Formats: sequence, C-alpha cells, structure tokens
Amino acid sequence: MSTPLIELKSVSKYFGSVIALKDVTFDVLPGEVHCLLGDNGAGKSTLIKTLSGVHTPDAGEIFVGGKSMRFGSPRETLNNGIATVYQDLALVPLMSVARNFFLGREPQRGVWPLQQFDIDYANATAYRELRDMGIELRDPEQPVGTLSGGERQCLAIARAIHFGAKVLILDEPTSALGVHQASIVLKLIVQSKARGIGVIFISHNVHHAYVVGDRFTILKRGRSVGTHSVNEISRDQLLNLMAGGKELVDLEAEIERLKHAKPGV
Amino acid sequence: MTSNKQDERIRQVSFLGRLLSRPELGAVAGTILVFVFFAIVAGGSGLFSAKGIINFLEVSAQLGILAAPVTLLMIAGEFDLSVGSMIGFAGIAIAIPAVFWGWPIWASIIFAFVLCGSIGALNGLAVVKTGLPSFIVTLGSLFMLRGLTLGITRGVTGRTQVSGIHQLAANDPLNSLFSGQVFSGFISFLSDLGLVAKRSDGLPSITGIPVSITWWIILTLVCTWLLTRTRFGNWTFAAGGEANAARNLGVPVARTKITLFVMTALAATLFAAIQVLVTGSADTLRGTQKEFEAIIAVVIGGTLLTGGYGSAIGAMFGALIFGVVQMGIFYTGIDTDWFKLFMGAMMVIAVLFNSYVRNRAMRSR
Repeated sequence: MSTPLIELKSVSKYFGSVIALKDVTFDVLPGEVHCLLGDNGAGKSTLIKTLSGVHTPDAGEIFVGGKSMRFGSPRETLNNGIATVYQDLALVPLMSVARNFFLGREPQRGVWPLQQFDIDYANATAYRELRDMGIELRDPEQPVGTLSGGERQCLAIARAIHFGAKVLILDEPTSALGVHQASIVLKLIVQSKARGIGVIFISHNVHHAYVVGDRFTILKRGRSVGTHSVNEISRDQLLNLMAGGKELVDLEAEIERLKHAKPGV
Repeated sequence: MTSNKQDERIRQVSFLGRLLSRPELGAVAGTILVFVFFAIVAGGSGLFSAKGIINFLEVSAQLGILAAPVTLLMIAGEFDLSVGSMIGFAGIAIAIPAVFWGWPIWASIIFAFVLCGSIGALNGLAVVKTGLPSFIVTLGSLFMLRGLTLGITRGVTGRTQVSGIHQLAANDPLNSLFSGQVFSGFISFLSDLGLVAKRSDGLPSITGIPVSITWWIILTLVCTWLLTRTRFGNWTFAAGGEANAARNLGVPVARTKITLFVMTALAATLFAAIQVLVTGSADTLRGTQKEFEAIIAVVIGGTLLTGGYGSAIGAMFGALIFGVVQMGIFYTGIDTDWFKLFMGAMMVIAVLFNSYVRNRAMRSR
C-alpha cells in the first residue's frame, strides 16, 4: 500500500470552549478520491482549513508524504503541493480566462525594466490545459464572468493542477451547480484522479460524492463516524449514515403523513 | 463544450460587436461627437487651425498626464482625491527651494518628486493599513496638503505666490524637459509644405509642439503597456476586480496599490513642474479641482468606478474631450461658465453608455 499524500492523525481543534474537531483521522492516497461528507456544522470547514494550513491543530499530527509537518500558512501548504479550491474559487470575473489562470504566477519574458507578461504563452497554455481536461474554451481572452458555474470550477481546478498540486481539496465544488454543470466537474475529478492526484472532495451531496468517490468519511458534530470504501457501502447506507438513519426515517414518515392528510383537515 | 464540435451556443461575433465591447468606445464616440459639434459650431473660429489645435491639446495634455496614472489607480479600485492639492504642494516644493534657498532648479525638481512620491506612499500606506475607503483617506490628504501648502508658503515667503522661476530656470539642464517645445524643425518643415499656416511675417503660426503633449502621449503609452502587457498590470486589474481572490493567489495587493498611489503623486508633481517652468511661478491654489477633472476624464474613458476594468487610452480620449470642449467653448464665444455644466453632463452620459458597453462585454461572448 502506498503512503498517503496527506494524513491527519487524531486531529482536534478547539475554538474557545467549542470543540470543532475531535480525534479526526483522515488521509488521501495518490489517485484516490476521498469524500468528506457531513451536514452543515459537522466540522467540514474546520477540517478543510486544517488540511490547507489556515488552522493548526490543537492536538494530533499532520503527515505529508509520511513526514510529520506543521504548516504555518496556506502558502506553505500550497508549496507542498496541497491546493485548496474554495467555493469563491479565487477568480476575478472581469479578467480573461488566461489572466486568471496565471494570476499571481505570471509568466514573464524580456529583461528588466522591459519585462513583460507573456500573454501569448498564457493564452496558449490556458487554452491547452483546459482543453486537455475536456473544457473547450471559446476564447482564452474571454472574461471569466462569461463562463458557466461549472466552467469556472473547472478553471480553478485546472489551474491548481497546472501549478503542481498533488493533493486537491475541493470545497463543495458541485453544490451550486445544475445537473449538467455538476457532471462536467465530476468528470474533471475523475480525470485528476487518473493523473495520480489525491482528491479530497467535500460535499453534503451524497449522490455526487458516490459517483466519483473511492472512500467516504462522514463527519458529525466534529467527530468522524467512520470511513468506508465504495465497495462496502451502498448509496442509501451512506445517506442514512450522514443524515442519521433514524432521523431520516422519521422525517420520511412525517412527510408521507402530511402528503396524505386531507386538505382542510 | 466538452467535445471538439462547434458549440451551438457560440455565435459569430462581428467586428462591430467586438468593437462595441471595448472600454474606450464611449470616449472615442464622445470625441467624434465633440469634434463634429465644434466643427459645425466653431469651424471658422480658428479652433481647428494649427494654433487652435495646439491650444486644446495643451489643455488636454495637462489633464491627460494626471488621468493616465489615475486610471491605473482607479482600476485597482482606489481613488486619489489629493492629486489637485498635490499639484499646488509640488509647485511650492519646487519654487521655495529654488527661489528662497538658492537651490538649482534641477535639484528642486528632484526634491519635489522625492517628497511628493513619499507623500503618495503615505497615502497608499494609510489606505492599505487602515482599510478605510481611499475616498475618505485622500479627502483628508486633499485638505491637509492644501493647508500645508498655504501654511508653509505664507510662513516662508509671507505671500501665497512665488515667482521669478523663469530667470533661474533659463540655463537649467532640466528646463527643456518640462517647458518649451519639441519637433520645431518638423513643424517648420510642415509649414514649408503649406500644411501649417504661416503668420504674416512668414514664420509658422506655431513653432513646435509643447513638451507637455509629448509627456501626455508617453505617459499614456507607458500606462497602457503596464496595464495590458505586464505582471503589474495583471495585479492592478485583480486588485480592483476581486482583491480577496488576488490575495489568496499570492498577488501583493497592498504593494500594488501603494505603488499606484506613488505614481499618481509623481504625475501631480510632473504636472506642477511643467506648470511652474512654463508660467515661471508657483501658487498655493494651483491644481484646485484637478482631482475631479482627472476622475471625469478617466470615467469618460470607460474605467469602472468600482475598479477592475478600464483603459488608459480611453482616459486619453477623455482628456481630449475635456480640452476640446474647454477651448471650443472659448473659441465660439459662449460664456465659459457653461463649460462645467457640459462636462458634468458629458460624464453622466458617458457612465451610462459605458455601463451598457460593459454589460455587453460580459454577455456578448
């Protein structure tokens, strides 16, 4: 078995008296999609921020490539090949696709003081990288604001991969998207996996997660309620685990009763 | 979208359609409009003679020198309302050392550039560190700088004006950089060809192109290059478009903004240096309202007030409109009081038009 790209061992995080994470163990292997599932307030955001170096854990350890690490900043995490694509995507809508793709890491040519942003290279590279991932751009100079939600998500992911991400942390990449748009993103996740990238897919949508996931970890009230591999758990079981089986059954019964209630009674 | 076959949602965008999504469009259209208007109204008044053209270009150039860097700053999402006061301050910073302390003109000019550049950096630092809107911070600098200028000038000289720069500057190595004319030979060549009218004494009606016009064009080109062809330009767009995203991607947003505040301060100093050396004097009230005129030129030029979008070439046309209208009203003999009404209305119309163009740009492709 290969070494996990990143591994959390019994990690806890407290904010004052609030226990945001307690004894969470989580890892991702190369070429694997590990889904992190949980309802609102389950601690997903805290876990992402711990993985990406925004928070340092109060207890427990983080291993990167088998070595114990302590990240001081998100930049440091990024330099270790762990890229987080947040929901805001860090895109500038009024700027072109290519300019967004290289924002903060612009290719340059020429010598100072006549050093230029190599726009031709940027256009060509952004176009090629996105095409390789199955996104056919109309024009690399079109503003990001003209892209669809799915295309924007893909642009952010493609950018992270291009700049050497070995681990991709995707925060709810499909939650705001329609069916077709979400499928484009899911396809890109599978492609990233095929490239040997470890994907941490955070979602509360079991249907999306189940399509691409290899393993699933369910968080509930800051604790992990278990990690399951895709061939040992069904979609419904997963859904039950996530929502808390009994609560969901009760809810369904309640809805069923309301549906059959006579109007006016 | 996912295959190589033509996306059925792409429509062929015509050349005109592409043209219609440029930020400069409003300003170019406005320029044409204004030229046609004054060609009809003031055609015979000499507005479009060589002399008249130089006159309005000189007005435009002064404003354009400010507008070019102000465009960049506004694209980065910030205002600098202290530009006008900075002009007055810089003029005095050149004049007092030269006239009262016996410094050579070149040293006074360098002193003014360094001093005003530092104040620009302070403006930028104050905006970045406090997180307050630059509108408020530089509104403060607007008043503080004007007060400082008045206080220092009256304290040192007992008056509010310093004159006598002409004699001191006559043989200064930097004098020709900021005053006088260029391309004199070329103009007399044109006049020999009959393209430039001659006066009754046989000399051309204009003897050259004022150096300020050259500065205007150079600054516009440099700012355009910075904006569209350099990393710094990318950061400028990003700082105004989505500062948080830019920061998360490692763009030094604070440094970019501070640099831009320094640039507007230096442009104000350049404006002052030209004015002081051309007129031979400095006055504490110089540059009043120039900050707003610069913003008008920039906004007419298609730059978005909220940042993230714009063009220095557009601002150049904005400044050109300003110059043509100001001199056009003068040449037609209309009471110049009407000038401000016209410019204000022009700006509002330009903003409406530009927001239409921008919405188009975001949809059309």
